[in-house]
Amino acid sequence: MNWADLRWLVPELVLAAAAVALLGADLVVPADRKRWLGGLALASLVAAGAACAVVLTDLGGLGAPGVRVFADTYTVDAFAVYFKLVALAAVALVVLVSLDYFPGRTPHLGEVFSLLLFSGVGLLLMASASDLILLLLSIEFVSLSSYLLAGFLKRDPKSNEAGVKYFLYGAATTGVMAYGFSLLYGLTGSTILYDIAARLDRAGPAAYLAVGMALAGFGFKVSMVPFHQWTPDVYEGAPTPITAFLSVGPKAAGFAALVRTLSIGVPLEQVNWPVLLAALSAVTMTVGNLLALLQRNLKRMLAYSSIAHAGYVLIALAAWKSAWALQGLLYYLLAYLFMNLGAFFVAIVAAEGTGSDEIPDHAGLSQRAPWVAGAMVVFMLSLTGIPPTAGFFGKFYLFAAAVDAGLLWLAALAVANSVISLYYYVGVLRALYLMPPAAPGPVPVPAGLRVGLLVALIGTLAAGVYPQPVVTFVEVARRLLGS
Amino acid sequence: MPILTLTLFLPLVGALVLLFLPKEDADRIRRVTLGFTLATFVASLLILPRFEFGRREIQLIEQAAWIPAVGIQYKVGVDGLSLVLALLTTLLTVLSVLYSFRETHRVKEYNLLFLLLETGMLGVFFALDFFLFYVFWELTLVPMYFLIGIWGGPRREYAAIKFFLYTLVGSLAMLLGILLLYFHLPPGQRTFDVLEILRQRPLAGTGLLAQLAFWGFFLSFAIKVPMWPFHTWLPDAHVEAPTAGSVILAAILLKLGTYGFVRFSLPLFPEVFHQHALLVATLAVIGVIYGALVAMAQTDLKKLVAYSSVNHMGYVMLAVAAAAYAYGRPELADAAATALNGATMEMLAHGIITGALFLVVGVIYDDRTHTRGVDDFGGLWAVLPKYGAVSITAMFASLGLPGLMGFVAEFLIFVGSFSIIPVFTALAALGVVITAAFFLWTIQRIFLGPTNPRWVNLPDLDRREAWTLFPLVVLMIVFGVYPKPLLDIINLASSQLVAMLR
Repeated sequence: MNWADLRWLVPELVLAAAAVALLGADLVVPADRKRWLGGLALASLVAAGAACAVVLTDLGGLGAPGVRVFADTYTVDAFAVYFKLVALAAVALVVLVSLDYFPGRTPHLGEVFSLLLFSGVGLLLMASASDLILLLLSIEFVSLSSYLLAGFLKRDPKSNEAGVKYFLYGAATTGVMAYGFSLLYGLTGSTILYDIAARLDRAGPAAYLAVGMALAGFGFKVSMVPFHQWTPDVYEGAPTPITAFLSVGPKAAGFAALVRTLSIGVPLEQVNWPVLLAALSAVTMTVGNLLALLQRNLKRMLAYSSIAHAGYVLIALAAWKSAWALQGLLYYLLAYLFMNLGAFFVAIVAAEGTGSDEIPDHAGLSQRAPWVAGAMVVFMLSLTGIPPTAGFFGKFYLFAAAVDAGLLWLAALAVANSVISLYYYVGVLRALYLMPPAAPGPVPVPAGLRVGLLVALIGTLAAGVYPQPVVTFVEVARRLLGS
Repeated sequence: MPILTLTLFLPLVGALVLLFLPKEDADRIRRVTLGFTLATFVASLLILPRFEFGRREIQLIEQAAWIPAVGIQYKVGVDGLSLVLALLTTLLTVLSVLYSFRETHRVKEYNLLFLLLETGMLGVFFALDFFLFYVFWELTLVPMYFLIGIWGGPRREYAAIKFFLYTLVGSLAMLLGILLLYFHLPPGQRTFDVLEILRQRPLAGTGLLAQLAFWGFFLSFAIKVPMWPFHTWLPDAHVEAPTAGSVILAAILLKLGTYGFVRFSLPLFPEVFHQHALLVATLAVIGVIYGALVAMAQTDLKKLVAYSSVNHMGYVMLAVAAAAYAYGRPELADAAATALNGATMEMLAHGIITGALFLVVGVIYDDRTHTRGVDDFGGLWAVLPKYGAVSITAMFASLGLPGLMGFVAEFLIFVGSFSIIPVFTALAALGVVITAAFFLWTIQRIFLGPTNPRWVNLPDLDRREAWTLFPLVVLMIVFGVYPKPLLDIINLASSQLVAMLR
């Protein structure tokens, strides 16, 4: 092993060190100062982000090819850096809102931040892993911290239920995925994606079986049907900032790992996975949207919506042969980061102000917290895919990929699904704007949430109105994936 | 000075300014809104001296790079068609805002939405990039959803979401059509530039794909117009919307659909449109007759006006279908140009007349009688002479009385279409008879006959109401008597279109 290669891991190392430090600090810092630990967590996230920028420069800038380190098990390229930045942004925004959410609910504030950072480390690893074992471990790393976070409010039975359910589903699907990985190893004699790709010829049905089983694990992470059942219960029960985190962080990293595994490890000539994923995409978006229609609880609605969005993103894999596909996926996940975190942040404000997660109970919030409600308009329209928001441009990209790849039926289905989704997203706006307020008086918005909301709002609008900078990045990330 | 960009974004700037005004200061909010809409109106008038009346092509183009990586740019321009529709938009927004001074419920949000809506509508008429066009097209949906949903009548929530869902179905179908066009340009030259795509017609000769793209655009525009049988959202939306919302909806938003047909469907898919022209003409004629008959059956004055819109938009579509049917037959080019002139004239006439009619309904309903049952009145002209005169003029204009604007439009449509699709045109002429019948009957029931004692003490038009209605009445008469200046502008666009269709 070449010790100098560790420089590619600086972001991961920074974050891991901070996480361990926080765990220790939590024991000695007095209760009234624990919010400072959040500041430390944020600082480490910023540092990791800066380290990512350094890594990118070390690669030779945006246009340079990536490097493979540690015997090809770890790949650092623009694609990975993109996902690392997305993951860091997600963790940072969640830490920000956790600053106001968890005090009063739990004394172990430092542990929350520490666990968030640990799962952040896992996300960074997932984005780069090009070896099945490392991939499995990094997925497990994210999962284990997430189980704890979902069940963190020990005295809240729903939070407990969320933690246990998440764990059981996660354990089962990871088991299936590990079996699939072992098949791939058996077929090729290697766990490294590059070697698998080279040796996976004439594998026939066994390769299909292996890929199918591996999809269980990825499907669990990104909430793909039929591995989605945990989503609504966990989203509803987990503390809302954690739900927000689960909906964007592990999802984005799951897609990163899925894309890398399939595009590098499984040649199209051996397994026609775009066809498989076209079907899964169609089912996932339709199931998610139809079930979201029935929800009254905002968090459950957003859970089904998150399933539906996984379906939209899967279009990219189905339309793989289009140059727009992977760009669309990359862009969409960034857009989703802003709009979905934003929606959950509003859910926190609404729940604090009205004491309920039920959408009808949020009636008239536009009169009590006009700016927050206004931000929710942007988030809901963005999730529907109405311009000029990031969500629209993301959908535009993905639909374009489908049309380009000749998958007009999938694009048409996605269109139908978008129309369905309008109904439930606008249902939220209907409560906020069309219904009279249930109680008078303004709803307070704590400072951390305010910043988080503002970032999400600006992100959603800016990436929608002027997407060119992101487009430049994703264009490069696509071309250089795995090179 | 980039006059189009200025016109386009002035209302948006106004909306941003409103965002930072305290919502309690309703008066200032109203005045600022009026100021911005007036400024926008003036800016749109300033386009006229810059417009070269000898040029048929799209002109005054302003452009800037936007998302060059995928061939998207900010590009706006006008020709005779979009210019007159933009002027209609800025004028009617001013009048709507002026009329809405009486609105006291959530004034800030209300005015903000109107300003947003104005930018959306102007953008649709100005945009010369399909992506940009789509952005503005969708931008018009959101404010209208809230306008209907918050300030509307008893069934406002249902009407609002119905409007939103219907139009979104169409928009997204169109988006797929746009993408099909884009990906059939040769790689390396892919662009969303409208003029470039019109020039290349990338889907010409692709058979099924051209059909699909045509129907994608068709669905979007037909829902917006709305053509029968896609019209069912319209009575709900029109009836539930607040008065000024109905005005904008009828006067401008419906025109987005017909504008789309003329600007995009005709020159992009002439062969396909030609194939289906008779089907479209059939739907148009059904719309004409069905709209007129259903309007006749209404006792709610607002519903009556709403269904008369279905009828009038049917005439526009008849003319568009006729122009499409004339494709490939140079001997019919003049007739097609006449029909298209009529179609555009009808868009303007319907905008002005129906805008006035919804205001007329609002004046009596909103803060005088709170009823709009056609049978609840009687002899009203004697009580309200000014109001009666205005209303009766608008209704006469709507039924196509010579000397008023509606007549000019319908005359051109019928003359143009008759040489191309005579049977359809003759059937559509039936609609004129029915329209005349129900408007005359309505005038009789509301304004003539014995005075209903309930209303003897009603006040006549106040100054603000007069200011909102008189400009429209003046325009109806002026362009009814002397339509030439308007037709000269419109004819530039029509003859250019027909040249493309030859």
